[in-house]
Amino acid sequence: MNKPHLATPYVVWIIGFTVLPLLFVLYYGLTDASGNFTLANIAAIADPIHLKALWLSLLLAFIATTVCLIIAYPLAMIMRKLNLSKGSFIVMLLILPMWMNHLLKTLAWQLLLSNNGIFNTIFVALGMEPVQMLNTSGAIVLGMIYDFLPFMILPIFNALTRIDKDVIDAARDLGANSLTVFRRIILPLSMPGIISGITMVFVPSMTSFVISDILGGGKILLIGNVIEQEFNKTFNWHLGSGISIILMIFVIASMSLMSRRGDKEGGAALW
Amino acid sequence: MSRKLIELDHIFKSYDGQMILDDLNLYFNENKFLTLLGPSGCGKTTTLRLIGGFETPDKGRILFEGKDITNLAPNERPVNTVFQKYALFQHMTIAENIAFGLKIKKKSDQYIKDKIKYALNLVGLNGYENRMPHSLSGGQQQRIAIARAIVNEPKVLLLDEPLGALDLKLRQDMQYELIRLKNELGITFIYVTHDQEEALTMSDTIVVMNQGYVQQIGSPEDIYNEPENAFVANFIGESNIIDGIMICDKCVEILGVKFECVDSGFGTNNPVDVVIRPEDVQLVEPGEGMLDGEVTSLIFKGVHYELDVMANGYEWLVHTTRMVPVGTKVGIHIKPFDIQIMNKPQFSDEEALTTDE
Amino acid sequence: MVKSFLEKAYVAIIFIFLYMPIVVLMALSFNASKSKATWGGFTFDWYQKMFSDGLIMDALTNTLTIAFISALVAAVIGTAAAIGIQAMRKRQYNLTMGATNIPLLNADIVTGISLMLLFVKFTELGYHTILLSHITFNIPYVILSVMPKLYGLNKSTYEAALDLGATPFFAFRKTIWPEISPGVFTGFLMALTMSLDDFAITYFNKGVGVDTISTMIYAELRRGIKPEIYALSTLLFVTVLALLLIVNYRSAKNTKS
Repeated sequence: MNKPHLATPYVVWIIGFTVLPLLFVLYYGLTDASGNFTLANIAAIADPIHLKALWLSLLLAFIATTVCLIIAYPLAMIMRKLNLSKGSFIVMLLILPMWMNHLLKTLAWQLLLSNNGIFNTIFVALGMEPVQMLNTSGAIVLGMIYDFLPFMILPIFNALTRIDKDVIDAARDLGANSLTVFRRIILPLSMPGIISGITMVFVPSMTSFVISDILGGGKILLIGNVIEQEFNKTFNWHLGSGISIILMIFVIASMSLMSRRGDKEGGAALW
Repeated sequence: MSRKLIELDHIFKSYDGQMILDDLNLYFNENKFLTLLGPSGCGKTTTLRLIGGFETPDKGRILFEGKDITNLAPNERPVNTVFQKYALFQHMTIAENIAFGLKIKKKSDQYIKDKIKYALNLVGLNGYENRMPHSLSGGQQQRIAIARAIVNEPKVLLLDEPLGALDLKLRQDMQYELIRLKNELGITFIYVTHDQEEALTMSDTIVVMNQGYVQQIGSPEDIYNEPENAFVANFIGESNIIDGIMICDKCVEILGVKFECVDSGFGTNNPVDVVIRPEDVQLVEPGEGMLDGEVTSLIFKGVHYELDVMANGYEWLVHTTRMVPVGTKVGIHIKPFDIQIMNKPQFSDEEALTTDE
Repeated sequence: MVKSFLEKAYVAIIFIFLYMPIVVLMALSFNASKSKATWGGFTFDWYQKMFSDGLIMDALTNTLTIAFISALVAAVIGTAAAIGIQAMRKRQYNLTMGATNIPLLNADIVTGISLMLLFVKFTELGYHTILLSHITFNIPYVILSVMPKLYGLNKSTYEAALDLGATPFFAFRKTIWPEISPGVFTGFLMALTMSLDDFAITYFNKGVGVDTISTMIYAELRRGIKPEIYALSTLLFVTVLALLLIVNYRSAKNTKS
């Protein structure tokens, strides 16, 4: 069954709809309105507002990723202990919210967090002061954690289930106590899952603009919001493309940082 | 007489309501090569895992040099295990694998280094310190697994079908290797296998198990030559197992013909099982033996021919070095010494004739 | 005992966290009061109103047709591509697989604007540009679910079928297809859900007046959410649940046989 030509339509498709569009971004990013070459759109990242947005994106993505890891690892360990198979009911329940439209989920958090929302109504009913939760960085981080937590749990769970029980028995047999087994065997062997989990949470968190828009009330700008506004509000596509190039560089950088020890199967194992 | 090293005392173990071991009593002597032999599901691996500490019995005690170790964790037991699928730590080099147990025991770097060198030398893999496990062949990985276990100087090495994943030639080489290792180290090996040839080649003592019960304990020669019941006879090598009637001491009737034998104490006119090994069936000219028959099938097996001979309504399995064409009329002669008499099983439990492999 | 209780409690807390927003949306879809935080009695009104709301129905139709068509096209192109890629030489293979990963790994917003920059050059933004963009990011999911099945495949059965006189198509249908079809099906469903869920790429490539559920909600957020949306979200959730159950049932059946 040696038929490389079956891939021809697809190759044409990626050249047309993946490679070419990226070249367009490069072209717009490196030219001004009259089509002359310029680095100004790239350099615009040095603008304090843009720089602050970039820094905040990295920071919030970092916090969200860390919290996801801290929540997900113990959960994956428990799931492994329960001997769940990949298709078991609990794993399915875990995947299910992931396939819910993420705008709706983010909307739900807005309802929960807003000043006259459900949490505050409960607080007031309990005699407490209402708390400003919506339109804060914390709300954005919460939204990121909520949206991307399953992407941390599943690769780690997959990596943990791949660890042969004999290997753990062997370590115990050679004198390792539970802590040593975890530190020297389970943790290093689950590292590929951790790495792909980090990548799968960090990159979308860093590049998101919807979560910050809905839960930050448009007052907190992330780098994604900057790009969105350049395209849809100020209509400066050249500047927007320039900052997109910066964003891509950061995406590629964080990926290659991670992929050195990454898990190639992690992404495909969501189902 | 060597001392009892490990004692299993009235052990019961079941999984999901299924009884695996039912009141198992067994002891292992020091400095022996002991083999637990039986078909899959016979309880041999469970027995080994109980000794290793990976399972705890539902009831009963496990004693090590007289001390109760039933509830000790694996890391607190003076035994080490070699696993069937090697269970090497894939993220560590060979040296790190071997050093694992020693580092936990906080041995000095120099000691660890010497031990690694010694162990690699012992298993014939000098210079493999910095290789990763996945770059080694199956046989090499199994040697590393053995090296990793023995550097901890266990009093007992548990081996769970360690050669099961290797091909035939390699398996035979490793068998001799293991015997040599055992002799050099002077420690007790407890070896689990379902391969009767492996067990016969390597063991000092074989424990034949089936369906959670010990069927027979003895030297390889005892087990082969004098199986105590039909299961053992059938499981260890091929056999002719024929219904017979013990007419008197040293006299048995098989297929309507009286044979002289050497066993006594089976009563008179008592139904028994008679075991005759195929290589002990001698073919002679028709009329010159005790039975007459006809060759119905002939297969060349390399060192010998395997024949089926139909005689008195029973198809005899015969091994001979002589080519006897199908259809040849032959006589069958059996020496009294080669007839092994066994009691018929009294309980259906004990019978357990099924060899589910 | 204590440890196992703590473990169960931990799992329970995470499930509460994951399902709380969904339960809130579902509850609000039956809430007679328009308030977000008080219960005004049980009603099916919002479901009725949802079905008679032209905007919502248009967005729903767009979402479903785009998801279905894009997933179907992606399944066809992607399956052929997977078979082709697998036969490629190493250099071509690496290059193609590298390009395949771009839409998966790149930031959605960049994929979105890059396609928009291309589309506005050659055409007007509208339904068809959404469709093209969805096919683009859907194909890789199909390829990635079909490829592993192809590696596990015994190719000599295909050759044996040809040797026995089958036409290539018949041989494919009888030997290759049964092996890879679970992968194609999984890829199709993944593509379907990815398309249903997408916001960022649709947002940049939709024309004026064309909306999917996601972009409609985004617009509504600024005007204030209508309770009909809650009803819609409940329906969507139930649909996804049903889809997942089907996939689960199928894969359970596959592992058994």
